[in-house]
Amino acid sequence: MREVWIVGIGATPVREHWDRSLRDLAWEAMHRALEEAAGLQPQALFVANMLAPLTAHQTHLGTLLADYAGLEGIEAVTVEAAGASGGMALRQAYLAVASGALDAALVVGVEKFTDVVGPEVEGAMAATLDADYEAEPGLTPAAQAAWLMQMYRERYNAPETAFMPFALLAHRHAVGNPYAMFRRAISEKHYRHGAPVAPPMTIFDMAPYADGAAAVFLAARDVLPPELPRPAVRIAGSAAATDRLALHDREDPLAFTAAARSFHRALEEAGVSPHQVDFFEPFDLFGVYVPLTLEAVGYADPGRAWQDAERRFGLDGELPILTLGGQKARGFPGGAAGVYQVVEAVWQLRGQAGDNQIAHARVGVVQALGGPASTAVTHVLQRP
Amino acid sequence: MELARHWRLKKQRYALQGEVCPHCQTKIFPPRDICPACKQEARTDHTFSGRGKVVAFTVVTQPPKGYEAQAPYVVALVELEEGPRVTAQLTDLGDEEPYIGMPVEMVTRKLRTVEGERGIIVYGYKFRPRLTVAQRA
Ligand SMILES: [Zn+2]
Repeated sequence: MREVWIVGIGATPVREHWDRSLRDLAWEAMHRALEEAAGLQPQALFVANMLAPLTAHQTHLGTLLADYAGLEGIEAVTVEAAGASGGMALRQAYLAVASGALDAALVVGVEKFTDVVGPEVEGAMAATLDADYEAEPGLTPAAQAAWLMQMYRERYNAPETAFMPFALLAHRHAVGNPYAMFRRAISEKHYRHGAPVAPPMTIFDMAPYADGAAAVFLAARDVLPPELPRPAVRIAGSAAATDRLALHDREDPLAFTAAARSFHRALEEAGVSPHQVDFFEPFDLFGVYVPLTLEAVGYADPGRAWQDAERRFGLDGELPILTLGGQKARGFPGGAAGVYQVVEAVWQLRGQAGDNQIAHARVGVVQALGGPASTAVTHVLQRP
Repeated sequence: MELARHWRLKKQRYALQGEVCPHCQTKIFPPRDICPACKQEARTDHTFSGRGKVVAFTVVTQPPKGYEAQAPYVVALVELEEGPRVTAQLTDLGDEEPYIGMPVEMVTRKLRTVEGERGIIVYGYKFRPRLTVAQRA
């Protein structure tokens, strides 16, 4: 396997982009990543998207976006794995370059939520569940996450504020992210008065669905130009795993087995131990996913990840997480979510994270989840 | 087409028909033909009793398209007596608040109306508080 490096990144702010189309958003992110790649040309485009066939009646995004971006004639394909689409598209590009099949590839994640409203958005999100046996009875991803909150509190006798630290951390960290949707810290008082979504879940326990696009340019080490405008970051490890799709089919719904599997495989490939990780980006589409992930991968004991979490997982803590606001406060742009995580990790590793910079960050781990760790994709990023 | 999909699932939706593994006796719902416990082929039909208990529940206030008229509704993770868990709405609750461990039983109810397709009404299982508890005791 060849070494694979990230030589360019780009993203749009995450917003309700009423005035912009899917192709327009994607192009902005791609254009920025291409500019940083100093003349390298991608041989293939991997598009990450989760809902366009439902929300925009648009399939065939690979060709659409290659065409729109002027990447005439190149190979292009869409990768979909629900919320993990971004991580999975990056992994497909990584595999292609690492194997030697390609020298350079562009990944772009893009999502437009705001072309549809309310029940149509919920319906599209519910399509990521088991359509016959979860969505048909009326389950939504938010309701499913509410079950997990209830089960977690019941099993571990955890207080109703158990998930609060993760919302507070995300909002605090988003203040320093110019691309974030909600750049405002929240207090315990805000959290306790959140509008209910599906009890016990409130709006502070779930990320807002929003529009955005992010791109990452990958190249094999052998083809890197001698001079790059920005320091390159190495993808040192990459791994994906799946679980039973329907939550009701899992022996222990709180186990997040796929999150643990992909995490450990990726770290093993990178030759990195969990305590050598300088920061971690778990997937907080729903706040409850964070403690379940931290406990599954071994950063916290079962039922305890919430304890003292604001200190342990803050920017100055032993393991900073959600360092630029996570999905909760940066916003959840569907298929682009996993690519945003990588863009933000690259900011940290290049020293471009501004007020949120983690001093001497050398190893960052990002993990994208599709559903409640029904799919999990983990990447280990390292600066030289 | 949606009509064929709903017709195909009618044994599961109306009668909780699943499978029993001939190798290890694991009861399987929904049917998947490969036993999740021993990974061997399992194609023997088994109809579930429809009795179970609530493992988790919540109230859906932001419903998907097609479910707006029913909202808010209670959706629960129900553990069947025979072992498997299913996702289903709770119904006929009256003044009763659902709770973890609540004994429930399967009933057939309207799930939703499919728009556009000549107004197909999808029926399927929901669970209500168990009426037979007292009789059995
Ligand atoms: Zn078996």
